Amino acid sequence: MKAPVSWIKEYVDLPADVTTEALTDRLTMLGLKLEAIETAGAGIEGPLVVGRVLSKEPEPQKNGKTINWCSVDVGDANGTGEPQGIVCGAHNFAPGDKVVVILPGGVLPGNFEISARKTYGHLSAGMICSARELGLGEDHDGIIVLPADAPEPGTDARGVLGFGEEIIEFEINPDRAYALSLRGVAREAALAFFDGHRGAPFRDPAQLDYPQADGAGHPVVLQDADGCPYFVARTVTGFYPSAPTPAFIKERLEAVGVRSISLAVDVTNYVMFELGQPIHAYDRAKLQGPIVVRRAQEGEKLTTLDDVVRELSPEDLLITDDSGPIGLAGVMGGASTEISAATTDIVVEAAHFEPTSVFRTQRRHKLPSEASKRFERGVDPLLPPVAAQRVVELLVEHGGGTADTGVTVAGAPPRPGEITMPVDLPARISGIDIDDATTVADLEAIGCRVTVTGGTLTAQVPTYRPDLTDPYDLVEEVVRIVGYDKVPSILPRRATGRGLTREQRLRRRVGRVLAGAGAIEVVSFPFVSDASFDQLGLPADDPRRNTVGLANPLSAEAPAYTTTVLPGLLEAAGRNLGRGAPGVALFETQIVAMPAGNGPAPIYGVDRRPTGEELDALEHAIPTQWAELGVVLAGEQERGGWWGEARTTGWDDAIAAVRRLADDLAVEVTVESAAVMPWHPGRCARIVSGDLTLGFAGELHPTVCRAFGLPERSAAAVVDLDTLMRIAPDAVPGPEFSTYPVAKEDVALVVDESVTAGAVESALREGAGPLLESVRLFDVYAGAQIGEGRKSLAFALRFRAPDRTLAEGEAGAARDAAVARAAELTGAVQRA
Amino acid sequence: MSGPNTDYDPVEVTPLKAEEVEAARDAALTAIAGAQDLDELKAVRLEHAGDRSPLALANREIGALPPQARKEAGQRIGQARGAVNKALAERQAVLEAEHEARMLVEEAVDVTLPVDRRPGGARHPITTGSELIADIFVGMGWEVAEGPVIEAEWLNFDALNLGPDHPARTMQDTFWTEPAEDHLVLRTHTSPVQARTMLTRTPPIYVVCPGRVFRTDEYDATHSPMFHQVEGLAIDEGITMGHLKGTLDHFASAMFGEGITTRFRPSYFPFTEPSAEVDLVCFVCRGVDSEECRTCRGEGWIEWGGCGIVNPRVLRACGVDSERYSGFAFGMGIDRTLMFRHGLEDLRTLFEGDVRFTTAFGSEL
Ligand SMILES: [Zn+2]
Repeated sequence: MKAPVSWIKEYVDLPADVTTEALTDRLTMLGLKLEAIETAGAGIEGPLVVGRVLSKEPEPQKNGKTINWCSVDVGDANGTGEPQGIVCGAHNFAPGDKVVVILPGGVLPGNFEISARKTYGHLSAGMICSARELGLGEDHDGIIVLPADAPEPGTDARGVLGFGEEIIEFEINPDRAYALSLRGVAREAALAFFDGHRGAPFRDPAQLDYPQADGAGHPVVLQDADGCPYFVARTVTGFYPSAPTPAFIKERLEAVGVRSISLAVDVTNYVMFELGQPIHAYDRAKLQGPIVVRRAQEGEKLTTLDDVVRELSPEDLLITDDSGPIGLAGVMGGASTEISAATTDIVVEAAHFEPTSVFRTQRRHKLPSEASKRFERGVDPLLPPVAAQRVVELLVEHGGGTADTGVTVAGAPPRPGEITMPVDLPARISGIDIDDATTVADLEAIGCRVTVTGGTLTAQVPTYRPDLTDPYDLVEEVVRIVGYDKVPSILPRRATGRGLTREQRLRRRVGRVLAGAGAIEVVSFPFVSDASFDQLGLPADDPRRNTVGLANPLSAEAPAYTTTVLPGLLEAAGRNLGRGAPGVALFETQIVAMPAGNGPAPIYGVDRRPTGEELDALEHAIPTQWAELGVVLAGEQERGGWWGEARTTGWDDAIAAVRRLADDLAVEVTVESAAVMPWHPGRCARIVSGDLTLGFAGELHPTVCRAFGLPERSAAAVVDLDTLMRIAPDAVPGPEFSTYPVAKEDVALVVDESVTAGAVESALREGAGPLLESVRLFDVYAGAQIGEGRKSLAFALRFRAPDRTLAEGEAGAARDAAVARAAELTGAVQRA
Repeated sequence: MSGPNTDYDPVEVTPLKAEEVEAARDAALTAIAGAQDLDELKAVRLEHAGDRSPLALANREIGALPPQARKEAGQRIGQARGAVNKALAERQAVLEAEHEARMLVEEAVDVTLPVDRRPGGARHPITTGSELIADIFVGMGWEVAEGPVIEAEWLNFDALNLGPDHPARTMQDTFWTEPAEDHLVLRTHTSPVQARTMLTRTPPIYVVCPGRVFRTDEYDATHSPMFHQVEGLAIDEGITMGHLKGTLDHFASAMFGEGITTRFRPSYFPFTEPSAEVDLVCFVCRGVDSEECRTCRGEGWIEWGGCGIVNPRVLRACGVDSERYSGFAFGMGIDRTLMFRHGLEDLRTLFEGDVRFTTAFGSEL
């Protein structure tokens, strides 16, 4: 909302020494946040003068454009008194028009210096200015043509253009709809100087005399009193349709950001900004029969002012006549009854519409307008007769019309509300020491009629504050007047939390373990498409393709919520390598989801807490969501240098990352061979703990590496973090370990190459008995000495007793038992 | 070795003559002193103190002496061998020290060589920043609450006094799941976590909810369809705006430094009434000579978030007795907070996953 300072001052007498900055500071602290202060004409320097076009010679150019070679009288402003020759590309003017000219030596906004220059075969000495060039808005249709009564050529044009005027732009919150008018802004400005007894003197522009209803105006029938409780219609006849809009209206509309169109339209807009009441004007000649306000019928259509044919919903509130719909109530008028250049008789509509209905219609038709913005937030219901009177006055005064004596008033304004609250509520809620008298005075200052009985305060809310409905609304009013800066700073002392939950601590631990292992965390968007899953090589029936779709995705390329952390993570890896990283180790925890498939979530009322069953039904409908950890490793994992070659990613890196994490969380895991996309079918491990699959790890499938721009042999892992954290022991028992000497035994076992090291190792463990402390594979060898299709696995076994030094031969016997078990289970033969 | 020989004249056993023993001893001491390194000393030891050394050989002859002569000869030899062994030990120590000193010189490396064999890891500043914030509140005795990111419409909107026709509902352009009739959204704020907390716990409640939220904002330097918020909720008897201010002042100074406080401006949020915008004293210029300050752009204040007293309508929908309890709530963007705390120019750097960005923040913020 933009408000020229001079317009505000028309309704409120501010202290003389108040600067605009001081005013906006106070208004900001009252809740009207300053967005910007603009000064019209800022950035313009040098000679900017009124000119009169003496001649205009159109000269077609080779490039298809036509320029005008003009002779312009600029009085003595050019020092010679001779007409000035100027080339102008615009055509919206004629000889005799007064225009705005900037002469050589002047500067336009953007530091655009004007000089006499050769162009299109002429010496163009200056420029005829458009509104845009002067920084007065985006209107690009042509140059500014001044009213005929503008000052004489050569006069400084700044005065006539309203330059130097300060315009304040406010950010208006939805609950302060009254401030979408100068009436409201001025009222707040008066309040900004409230001293506990009175504010700055305020003159309400809505204090107008208006004629009472006489039943002789244009007939109006309200068929939907809920949607439209109150409708005032006035008529102006004999209006001169081409009457110019007076300069003050034009300037003020420009200042608030509205284009001047015609006197009739400009007046309705002007009154809307002045009072806050949206107005619609109809060409009476085009109205057929009485105006009827009703809901639309199925299948009805309306062509709105913007020439769009709209299919109407039975929920849309309409203005109709005998011809059918002629307007979307409170949103936009229809084309068929629009004011035109031939309109002489005008019917003025000033009505009150129910906010929700206007909001829904506006949203349904995607038609936010200045009118709907006000109606959906709430307009003073007493304004219609006042605003209609104001429009009529202005049309009569500036358009030469006659006010018809007939005045139609249909319905009645809704009654203002009443709020009761404990009188000390503002003090109790704010924590500020506010006495009862202050509460009463502050509420009276915003226009409430207040009575206090016992400890209870009753406030009759002013009609221009429909936002005030609850006791806490009144609390906010009192506190903002007392001053938000008076709120004390006190720490609550009753919080007795028990620290982070186990899950929250574990999640931090996961990140620290992985970062400690050299991985870098990334945060990516969870949006995917089928193509993301194609890149991962997932089969058509893979459950990971069962996504929660988005009804309104930002991009068709990512229309669903992901089921796996991998797409974003692999893309991040590819991005890093693409930017020249020699290798990456990345991790991410993504919340992933799958549809619950349990139908829509219920919507409940808000007048009570939903029951336990109702809350269960909500949970039931929400998609299944869990935290999935992903790790991706690509390219160099250890750099090359003076110590030797770089080490690039191996399939084992991904498994090692998961193992390290599981070890840290004291979760025992085993790995099994698996063949799951997006992994290499021969290099994919399923990570298992007991019966639970925790995740997968291994080398990525070569097609997946290519799809994400990763080097071959890149590796990745995913872990169901929620499950991992669930099975992680709460408190790890302190380990017991022996301090007696260790006995080491190495064995080399030859097995068929299909036998896994894991199988041999678990057989050794099984056979070795309780003295075994650890088994570790330290060498794998395949070669001619071993034989075709065979491999040798070398294990280091360590034996130790908890309570004594092992006797001679004890370790050897345990080793032999281990080897025997391995032979039995895996066909292992001890290598000679 | 010879057996005792009673006819033998001890004086006539040459190796045991005093002069001979002294000569052998002196020769040994000279050789020891002359050994220049541990290898030479080893050879000297073999020659002068080994089994075949003159003193060792002389020692063997003692047995051949008549008993009356043995004691004297034994003493003589023993003293000589003692002197040699002592000299050897001393020389050994000297040469070892010399050797080590030389090795320490010779083994010197160029310590400026790169040692970046294994690049270090890092955690994302959104993660560590959220943890930092959580820790500040945990330190005040608050707890950290969480909830799903795909949320029921009722919890994301209705329960928070954002009814179906509330104008604010369009202010937050919401991702709806398909089909939209399922009444599910990607949560537009972390407020549903507050609603869930009130629905499932009894006051006093002091929770902070950092989390991920979504809005259909086009992705640019200052907007993202996904971003992160932290919201706080306190419900207790006698809660006032003063407690809200005190909590946010404490939060601000813990996050940005001693003396950094907040300012309230009236505002509007459906969830709260009265509502306020929270501004932070600019932690760079501290509001002094702000004109040149790039962080606050000359304002002296930085817009930080929104807050207010929990609207009793929200308490009612969430089953909290609004006669007995009052509460406050606040919320601010974590990403935005990080942006101005760390001078980030482009929000997108948070979500690109470039390791150069994340590495700069290490493992804690
Ligand atoms: Zn600053």
